[in-house]
Amino acid sequence: MKKAIVILLLAVVGWVLVDTFFQVNFGESRLGELEQQKTVGAFYLNNTVEKLTVANVVTAIVVNYRGFDTLGEVTVLFLAAAGLGSILYRRKEEGEHDVMVLNNSSQLLQTGARLIFPAILVLGVYVFIHGHLTPGGGFQGGAIIATGFLLMFMAYKDYHVSHNVLTWVESLAGVLFVTVGIWGLISGGSFLENVLGTGVLNDLVSGGVVPIIYIAVGFKVAAELTGVLETLLNFKTKK
Amino acid sequence: MDPVLYNKIVSIGIYGSAIGLILIGLYAVLVKKHLTKIVIGLSIIDSGIHLLFIAVGFIKGGTAPIFSPKGIELVNQGTAMVDPVPQALVLTAIVIGFGVTAVALSLVIRLYRHQHTAKIDHIKSLKW
Repeated sequence: MKKAIVILLLAVVGWVLVDTFFQVNFGESRLGELEQQKTVGAFYLNNTVEKLTVANVVTAIVVNYRGFDTLGEVTVLFLAAAGLGSILYRRKEEGEHDVMVLNNSSQLLQTGARLIFPAILVLGVYVFIHGHLTPGGGFQGGAIIATGFLLMFMAYKDYHVSHNVLTWVESLAGVLFVTVGIWGLISGGSFLENVLGTGVLNDLVSGGVVPIIYIAVGFKVAAELTGVLETLLNFKTKK
Repeated sequence: MDPVLYNKIVSIGIYGSAIGLILIGLYAVLVKKHLTKIVIGLSIIDSGIHLLFIAVGFIKGGTAPIFSPKGIELVNQGTAMVDPVPQALVLTAIVIGFGVTAVALSLVIRLYRHQHTAKIDHIKSLKW
């Protein structure tokens, strides 16, 4: 009976979605003429190179045009990490200590993790430094760095990242983001205004404040995700 | 192959799989008893919505909205690119989805600590 209701509901939802989206022609351009700038997408594609000299248009939207939105997004991520910490908080009882996994992992995983961990960190840093030139950016690079820490947590029973260090990195990155925003407010006229010189397209230093903000976001996301992983994996045992 | 027919098959494949993912996730949320599976269902719904967004923004023959190095005419490049707005929105949505999943999982862990089970049938205090 219950399953019948569920399937009926799914049929209704599915029919509505199918009926809506099958009217949208797949692969059809809805941008209009780029020069006329009738849609938001056309405006971004038309102006990003000339006005901002940022090669990656998605980065330009996320960090520059919708930079305030990204600040909110980073705040949501911070709230999630902080909420996780406070929900899962438990006082350490007598004789207990923190562990990540109960048993030590195999020699193979331990050696491999030690070997590959620096490479993962470098890849993550590369991805967020080149966020305005190549696919990628602060969020992606931060996630890559966090996977490196996840590998270490799984390989080594006693591997810990200091929560103080994570909090400091996260706070400083957040402060840097807001400082860049206020700098734009003071010298440019609006919050997160791109006040730096834009440079040459496809140079590492180009796009004004965009790389600075994405590097800050990268550090912040890496610290937050690592903190989340550490809180989720951590448990206290008497062993 | 007839381009109209081809386009139709591709669109049914892409939209169909995106909507299918949404429905699978919804099914898991509604029917499954284990809380972890419900959280997994939520994140499957997320993936379906992201795929749907990207599919709507796709333009046939379009490249990723990244301008390549010197030597190629930049003005003409813009016309061969997909819509960048849905991609930027999906980037936001993925991050928020991560936050939702993380908080939901932490609530599951907390509940497991108190009730020693994560199956919603066995949690009697939820019944009314």
